[in-house]
Amino acid sequence: MTMSDLFQDYSEAAGRSGAYDEMFAPGQVARKSYGQVAGALRELSLADVSARADSMARTFLDRGVTFDFAGEERPFPLDIVPRVIPADEWDVLERGVAQRVRALEAFLNDVYGKMTVVSDGVIPRQLVTTSAHFHRAVHGFEPAGGVRVHISGIDVVRDAAGTFRVLEDNVRVPSGVSYVLENRRAMAKGLPEAFGQQLIRPVEEYPRRLLSALRKTAPSGVDDPTVVVLTPGVFNSAYFEHTLLAGLMGVELVEGRDLICRGNRVYMRTTAGEQRVDVIYKRIDDDFLDPLQFRADSMLGCPGLVNAARAGGVTIANAVGNGVADDKLVYSYVPDLIRYYLGEEPVIANVDTFRLEEKEAREHVLDRLDELVVKPVDGSGGKGLVIGPDASKDELEALRKRVIADPRGWIAQPVLQLSTVPTLSGDKFGPRHVDLRPFAVNDGDDVWVLPGGLTRVALKEGSLIVNSSQGGGSKDTWVLADSPQVPVERLPRQSVTVRERVSVWPVESNWRDRQSEQQQ
Amino acid sequence: MLSRIAESLFWIGRYVERADGTARILDVHLERLNHLPTEERRSVARELLAVMGARPQSEDFGLEELLHALAYDKHSATSIAGSLGAARENARRARETVSSGLWESLNTTYYGLNQHRKDVVGTYRFCHWVLERTAMVSGLADTTVSHDDSWLFLALGRSLERADMTARMLSTRDVLSAGMSWVNMLRCAGAYESFLRTRRAAFGDQHAAEFLLLDRLFPRSIVYALRDADECLAKLDPSAQRVGFINDGRRIVGQARTFLEFHRTDDLMSELPEHMERVQKAVSQASDAISRKYFNQADELAWVGEVS
Repeated sequence: MTMSDLFQDYSEAAGRSGAYDEMFAPGQVARKSYGQVAGALRELSLADVSARADSMARTFLDRGVTFDFAGEERPFPLDIVPRVIPADEWDVLERGVAQRVRALEAFLNDVYGKMTVVSDGVIPRQLVTTSAHFHRAVHGFEPAGGVRVHISGIDVVRDAAGTFRVLEDNVRVPSGVSYVLENRRAMAKGLPEAFGQQLIRPVEEYPRRLLSALRKTAPSGVDDPTVVVLTPGVFNSAYFEHTLLAGLMGVELVEGRDLICRGNRVYMRTTAGEQRVDVIYKRIDDDFLDPLQFRADSMLGCPGLVNAARAGGVTIANAVGNGVADDKLVYSYVPDLIRYYLGEEPVIANVDTFRLEEKEAREHVLDRLDELVVKPVDGSGGKGLVIGPDASKDELEALRKRVIADPRGWIAQPVLQLSTVPTLSGDKFGPRHVDLRPFAVNDGDDVWVLPGGLTRVALKEGSLIVNSSQGGGSKDTWVLADSPQVPVERLPRQSVTVRERVSVWPVESNWRDRQSEQQQ
Repeated sequence: MLSRIAESLFWIGRYVERADGTARILDVHLERLNHLPTEERRSVARELLAVMGARPQSEDFGLEELLHALAYDKHSATSIAGSLGAARENARRARETVSSGLWESLNTTYYGLNQHRKDVVGTYRFCHWVLERTAMVSGLADTTVSHDDSWLFLALGRSLERADMTARMLSTRDVLSAGMSWVNMLRCAGAYESFLRTRRAAFGDQHAAEFLLLDRLFPRSIVYALRDADECLAKLDPSAQRVGFINDGRRIVGQARTFLEFHRTDDLMSELPEHMERVQKAVSQASDAISRKYFNQADELAWVGEVS
């Protein structure tokens, strides 16, 4: 079987969906950026492809690359066809993501401070104060280190016209970067031919970038900051990611019970006594972070953390209260925020969004519920989202009631035909919808965007829901480097003998050489 | 114990460790090699082979030939298959001395050598499998053999070879300077996580090389391996002299170890090639000296094709 067999019904299936295909231009011609990948796949038979796919899946299970699904560890399915982004497209994405992070950073600083964005009439006060994640407990102080959005994941999708649009912002606890790192490792071994000689931008520096940003934002006056990763524990769905990042940064992975707050400082219990903690990379929800401020029944956090942060004794990354910025209703204002704070036009546009609080928009939407996607403003992981065309009459009726009861709680968007990438399904490749979550690390001076990010793919034909909890998988995401691989000016290879170089070892005495001399 | 048996055990230790080190090096470098243009791939393949102490058999030496030479060639002591075959052959000759667990695991490994696809993707799995098998052999040797002289010879061979292999891992840095990052150097040795935990935020070539060369606690570092060898030699020859030495092997290993352990430098990277060359030389000289002292017939089994 050859590639033409593996791709036999592809163009027909792609035609059905009407979406932009990342690999093939119309007429099933591989796009330029996919040349190498298409070439590699052409050489492989179905048996090869399935053997590789199996081997990759086994590697994931062996390495424990799993997510927790209903109390069960499952390997995160990785598809064998990568998602390739050419340099020029990446350049736009990179600028757009960094711009967005800068605007959200400024917005958060503002809403927890003077709220000029409200007094200048850019965004209604009520919108901010009614957000479920607007935490008054952190109002009125600048966090130690001066950064709030250390780590962010900005979800983008490509619409049917091939234009990238931002779907949502994640500036609380964006997850998924571990799969980016693991996917690359698995692909390098699973489909080595496809890498060829094109220069694919590496992702392995992410943990180092992250650690250096976290250290840089430590409270002032700390010379050699101690960074920890705070996990809710082994039952969390992203626990694998927490262990991986802590391991790759070489820092401790702590649970709430390992920490103590005293005198507005944070310590961890170690075999050598209590050790001061300067930066906490927080991987638990704000609500569970500090029982003194938020949910009093939380066993996951550590009492006193928020006060310690307020007093400048510890840096918490991301800052507490960031959820107000990724509220989906605030999302609809982000283009305005970019103009307001940065004086720039947005590089990547939003998806058109109806604010259901506005009477006209609400009426319009309620008339067309069966054509739109309706999302709760504070949801994540695809929870509570209703896709109109796929919903039953009863579901739509229930939705209508909930929207009318709480218009602030919902937004509506047109159904987007997310772009597709060939994905192995049974014995052939079929188009499957993908999104993309680029990750950005902000150290206060500079926003660095990890080349690529996590491409999630809906494994069911026609499905638009890519979340891992709902049958999604992922793809390795390649950003091609700008210039073809011109070898960087290389130092001439050293071929001189040791004696001509600096020699620091004692001159060899009469060890064994004497014997060989005699033999000669 | 019989010299002949001692020699077999010494070489089991060396060959198993050599297979392990070669699998580690191959696994990591294969990934880099795959990304190079064909022409460059050829020259790098040659150089990699030279670092491993062998010369190409033919003019036409590419990736496939490299895989054959380092992984599957049963007739070469440089390759994984050759090393594991030789280890098993040695165990067969000393079968009454080694534990049945150790013998069986070497024998099973030998028969498993053929069950792998010999293309690039298959070789990754092969390397992985070899690492598992060698770890098992090592573990069984440590837990089912009395730690008497026989075990000491095995452990001695293993630690000498380990010093040599780590030196080769560090030497590959020169070969693949294009794109061979310190991260991969550490991955070769399985040292990446350990390194990160000890070094906090200090990354870079210099620190990584220092870790693999001089760290006193990481078991695959050269200083650690040489100290292990030193201790084995000391236990094998308890005739404690108050002054001087009568044991050439101990002198060579001890001098190399102490030189490195107490060497102070500001520019480790420029000295690295010399360190690597001298470590490899010390290992081969020590091996010779041990052979002369204990086995007395070693010449035909010596490590072939030493780089000079």
